[in-house]
Amino acid sequence: MTAALALGDDALVLSHRLGEWAGHAPVLEEEVALANIALDLLGQARVLLSLAGDEDELAYLREERAFRNVQLVEQPNGDFAHTIARQLCFSTYQELLYERLARGGGPFAPLAAKAVKEVAYHRDHAEHWTLRLGDGTADSHERMRTALEALWRFTGELFEPVEGCEVEWDTLHADWLDRLTSVLKRATLEVPEGPRRGAWAAGAGRQGVHTESFGRMLAEMQHLHRSHPGATW
Amino acid sequence: MVTPAAPASGTTALEEELWRLAGSVPDPELPMISLAELGVVRGLRVLGPGRVEVELTPTYTGCPALESMSADIERVLHDRGIPEVAVVTVLSPPWSTDAISAEGRRKLAEAGIAPPSSSRAESGGPVAVELGVRCPHCGSTETKLLSRFSSTACKALRRCEACREPFDHFKEL
Repeated sequence: MTAALALGDDALVLSHRLGEWAGHAPVLEEEVALANIALDLLGQARVLLSLAGDEDELAYLREERAFRNVQLVEQPNGDFAHTIARQLCFSTYQELLYERLARGGGPFAPLAAKAVKEVAYHRDHAEHWTLRLGDGTADSHERMRTALEALWRFTGELFEPVEGCEVEWDTLHADWLDRLTSVLKRATLEVPEGPRRGAWAAGAGRQGVHTESFGRMLAEMQHLHRSHPGATW
Repeated sequence: MVTPAAPASGTTALEEELWRLAGSVPDPELPMISLAELGVVRGLRVLGPGRVEVELTPTYTGCPALESMSADIERVLHDRGIPEVAVVTVLSPPWSTDAISAEGRRKLAEAGIAPPSSSRAESGGPVAVELGVRCPHCGSTETKLLSRFSSTACKALRRCEACREPFDHFKEL
């Protein structure tokens, strides 16, 4: 099932990236917050991947080219502002997508109806930090601006139709851009101007093409399961 | 009330008894309240002699307590003489904090955890959480959000401005 893999891989990969903050977050509260968001995403990934097959085999035994997540979620954490910019772009998208899937009544409706309430908290968390960093010190503003510029070219891919998701992608895109524009404005940040589609934009994750750092992330994520098949603890 | 807190009509006396038994299991992370008070036991059916199916719904999709809830339910039903117990997870309709019973809310507050506000229609998620959460220690409504996420996925961390004590708040969901 293409769509279950696409949505499940988005949740799994972002969950793993956020988990990498454990032990490294700037303050304890953020350590706990990022780990909680990662846990919500992992729960979603488990349900979605189970719709596509065996969750463990899919998570731990697939090669890089078989993953169908968007490239945005696999981007390295960078500094805290970078992680927040990634969270803002993705959680805003995921909330709008799940709202639509929940209404649509298809195979993802039960999960989407449940998860959208969790994602509302993720988006709220990202928005508050965007305001705080964007409208904070000169340094925090600059870091947030740099992060958005760097990630912007990965955001076009979010709105490429996923086969099996009955969603109006164009209005989803328009709503996403409206919401992001409004938050960035309040945070005294500009909407980046770089390309999001076309030659200089990125994004073929849904086709299994991933960026350089993804292989290293997978190696770490899959290492234990591959080295010790069937290990329990 | 989104979910039934008690067996619907049409259940047998045995099913009612077993449902109550399954519901009496304490929550693994909030042991002061039972699974029935948390509103996560959705159904129980006797499928045949010694065969029972229990429907359980997670609070959060990734709630790690779900596995030990299932194991605990299996254990109490085994102890009651039911050899075959299947606990299945149901997602729909999604669990909401409205499913926590009045008694459950009272026990949460007693244990120092501010219960969620009771109507989702009024609260509706993260934004309105700011509209006054009462300190479970001194009762003041002058409380401040420290972090949207706390010791478990279902709680936020707050501090009371009156008595200065930090406390967990069961977030509206």
